[in-house]
Amino acid sequence: MPPSPPPSLILPDRRILSVSDLSVRFTTSERTVEAVRHLFFHVEAGETLAIVGESGSGKSVTSLALMRLVEHGGGTIATGRMPFRRRSGAILDLATASNAEMRGLRGAEIAMIFQEPMTSLNPVFTAGEQIAESIRVHQGKGHSAARAEALRMLDLVRIPEARNVLTRFPHQLSGGMRQRVMIAMALACRPQLLIADEPTTALDVTIQAQILELIRSLQDEMRMGVVFITHDMGVVAEIADRVLVMYRGDKVEEGAASAVFSGPRHAYTKALLAAVPRLGAMAGSDLPRKFDLLRPEAPEAPAAAEAPQDTRRPGPPILRVRDLVTRFDIRGGLLNRVRRRVHAVERISFDLQAGETLALVGESGCGKSTTGRSLLRLVESQSGLIEFAGENIRGLAPNKLQALRRNIQFIFQDPYASLDPRLTVGFSIMEPLLVHGTPRREAEARVAWLLERVGLSPAQGARYPHEFSGGQRQRIAIARALALNPKVIVADEAVSALDVSIQAQIVNLMLDLQRELGLSYLFISHDMAVVERVSHRVAVMFLGQIVEIGPRRAIFENPQHPYTKKLMAAVPVADPARRHATPRGLLTGEIPSPVRALGDEPEVAPLIEVGPGHWTARHAVGGLAA
Amino acid sequence: MSETALTATAAVASVPSGVRTPWSEFWRKFRRQHVAVLALAFVVVLVALAILAPWIAPYDAENFFDYDRINEGPSFAHWLGVDPLGRDILSRILLGGRISLATGFLSVAIGGLVGTVLGLLAGYYEGWWDRIVMRLSDVLFAFPGILLALGVVAILGSSLVNVVVAVSVFSVPAFARLVRGNTLVLKRATYVEAARSIGASDRTILLRHILPGTVSSIVVYFTMRLGTSIITAASLSFLGMGAQPPTPEWGAMLNDARADMVSSPHVAIFPSLAIFLTVLAFNLLGDGLRDALDPKLDRA
Repeated sequence: MPPSPPPSLILPDRRILSVSDLSVRFTTSERTVEAVRHLFFHVEAGETLAIVGESGSGKSVTSLALMRLVEHGGGTIATGRMPFRRRSGAILDLATASNAEMRGLRGAEIAMIFQEPMTSLNPVFTAGEQIAESIRVHQGKGHSAARAEALRMLDLVRIPEARNVLTRFPHQLSGGMRQRVMIAMALACRPQLLIADEPTTALDVTIQAQILELIRSLQDEMRMGVVFITHDMGVVAEIADRVLVMYRGDKVEEGAASAVFSGPRHAYTKALLAAVPRLGAMAGSDLPRKFDLLRPEAPEAPAAAEAPQDTRRPGPPILRVRDLVTRFDIRGGLLNRVRRRVHAVERISFDLQAGETLALVGESGCGKSTTGRSLLRLVESQSGLIEFAGENIRGLAPNKLQALRRNIQFIFQDPYASLDPRLTVGFSIMEPLLVHGTPRREAEARVAWLLERVGLSPAQGARYPHEFSGGQRQRIAIARALALNPKVIVADEAVSALDVSIQAQIVNLMLDLQRELGLSYLFISHDMAVVERVSHRVAVMFLGQIVEIGPRRAIFENPQHPYTKKLMAAVPVADPARRHATPRGLLTGEIPSPVRALGDEPEVAPLIEVGPGHWTARHAVGGLAA
Repeated sequence: MSETALTATAAVASVPSGVRTPWSEFWRKFRRQHVAVLALAFVVVLVALAILAPWIAPYDAENFFDYDRINEGPSFAHWLGVDPLGRDILSRILLGGRISLATGFLSVAIGGLVGTVLGLLAGYYEGWWDRIVMRLSDVLFAFPGILLALGVVAILGSSLVNVVVAVSVFSVPAFARLVRGNTLVLKRATYVEAARSIGASDRTILLRHILPGTVSSIVVYFTMRLGTSIITAASLSFLGMGAQPPTPEWGAMLNDARADMVSSPHVAIFPSLAIFLTVLAFNLLGDGLRDALDPKLDRA
């Protein structure tokens, strides 16, 4: 540390970090990519700066550059200064600090939490051991003192029965608990600056709400600066004081959260905010409606106000499900006998009209995906009735099942995983046609038509999946699902893994296709705001049961079941002004497990009608009773 | 880390610029590994020599005896010298290469084919079939390879054909395990589920989606295994269980050379060198293929 710092290393009083002219480059043998270009920002004590952007915007690279971890990924900091105020008051330029200095800072004065808590925790050490280690290394405390401090930290992050959690291994904890342990580890040394890289993206909404609340209150207690990296505008609105919007490596806008949300200046920010699904945007209307999208290239062109669309056709339901039960056995013990069962789907019943979208919503483990898979018999169900156009799918012989699968198609969450990487996308789209005996020439013509229909060019059919972006791949997956002219499409979290602007485009595409082709969708999602946009009716699932089902408007405007209410309250609202309006008291506790001992059957009872077509459970489900 | 950077460029890269097929991708990665390219060149030369051996060998490998020059070292007339019976070592090595490569390739091909089919079925259907195949593999694995091959040859009698059979038998469980493991992973891939959801039959799924997915590891293992099999076959011949005199097999040549190894080392050195270089080339080639085909390394 030089005795008198150069003028650029002076920070205003309350400022912890000031980044100026930061550029980060990645050099591969083929090309050099500038992932971040000439970025300026600063963080004050006790302030949360949210860095928002879509994939490829350089937001994560920025956070890694702050920690100087970007060098491990092959990147270099090409230009820039990053003066940082140490706890001692000394100021250090992070861009030029030595490796030894950085090691002393990381974890002690700058801490980081990551998206996936399971992979960031070491599976072979207990949670307590991992927190204690960081305390021992950075604060030089003894073994038992570090242990006591670890316990105090777990209490601080509001872990119930902290003493028990101390001795547990990461795999014995739930996702939310693991993220709390990560936060406890990060905060153990009371850092000046916390960098949170998508810390809630992998969590369910109710857990996400708890973690956001926790980060916010701990920040108030500790007066630390927080750099919060996310792609979710709702989360930004919940947590940020100031917002920095990045687009392909450049800062496009920066300002107070309320100002950015109420009056975005840059075209990209405007387009981004227009694409964000907002809970309550559809209040007062019964039908789905497309997003009013702005194009960043032509921001002044007024968005076409999309009209609601009614695609439902009267008549008998195209799909009827009655008392469907799907369970998975968990074997164990010496004799490999069935010990416990996952009650994934417990006697659920619903109808799907032609041209209708029914949304299945719920959190992880509620059985919504298993329901979708059961319909196509991708998993075998134990009992119940699945009727497609009057024919029971569960009783079909294999050859008739194959014919029936033409009519019900599936779109998966991860479009990369659902396309065979060794086949051209054109062939992948053609495959269902060939499997069902369409002549090659005819199939090729249809592939060209399908590619065009989903907004790609027929020439792109000769390419392989890795050459497309996530949004394009999902378009390909949709084209493939449409190949056989199905009546019903099961979309399992089909837009969840996509960036918001892409997500809005795909939702619009799906609504267009519904209007033109009269498709019925079973739209499986955990995202209440997207569900509100697309669905006619909604079924809320909890612990394998449907706890509430009814018209979308009734469910969103007049939720009856306590779980539905809890789910609604947890959804982050993309409006900083409404930040504290939600009744947060509802948000405690974990998501209960659907695994039950043999013979311990859950209570199932018929739903009670509370409005026209609006039914809800009145019996106790997982400790929640209406 | 760099993933973010790469997605940024992916958007730029999707402008039409010639399709990157898996083949061109593989070749691009393989080309960068100079040692493996060298090994490949060596193998190509070796195969060419083996095929042309009867025409380019300077002498008759079995029936030409130069009694004046027994055990003589390399000279203009005999580039690699003469063996204890007066035969030209170069000619014998060239013709022996034919036998070694053919037994190695045939035995791995048979073992690989049987093992792949067993492994695919075991991994895909699991259940009792899987248990039988895997327990049998465990039993075969419990024997050291050479002992197993010795046993098979002892039962069937010593001949080159039986060496091929013996070496195939001990290649089967290795391939079966490898392919079964891959199949277990691949059948849970979303794209396999996607294929099932469009109504594709088990046959289509196995042949079009699962088998191509495991081909790269089969190719890598096949190449590595060639080296091992050539050694095993040569060992069996060395022990007198394989190629019978006067067939010029590399292992058998080493056996012939045993008595005179100390006085005229070239009679042992050149056949050994042939075995050593061939096996080394196959192993290096296998390494290179693995690096170029490793699915964990692509996704760029």
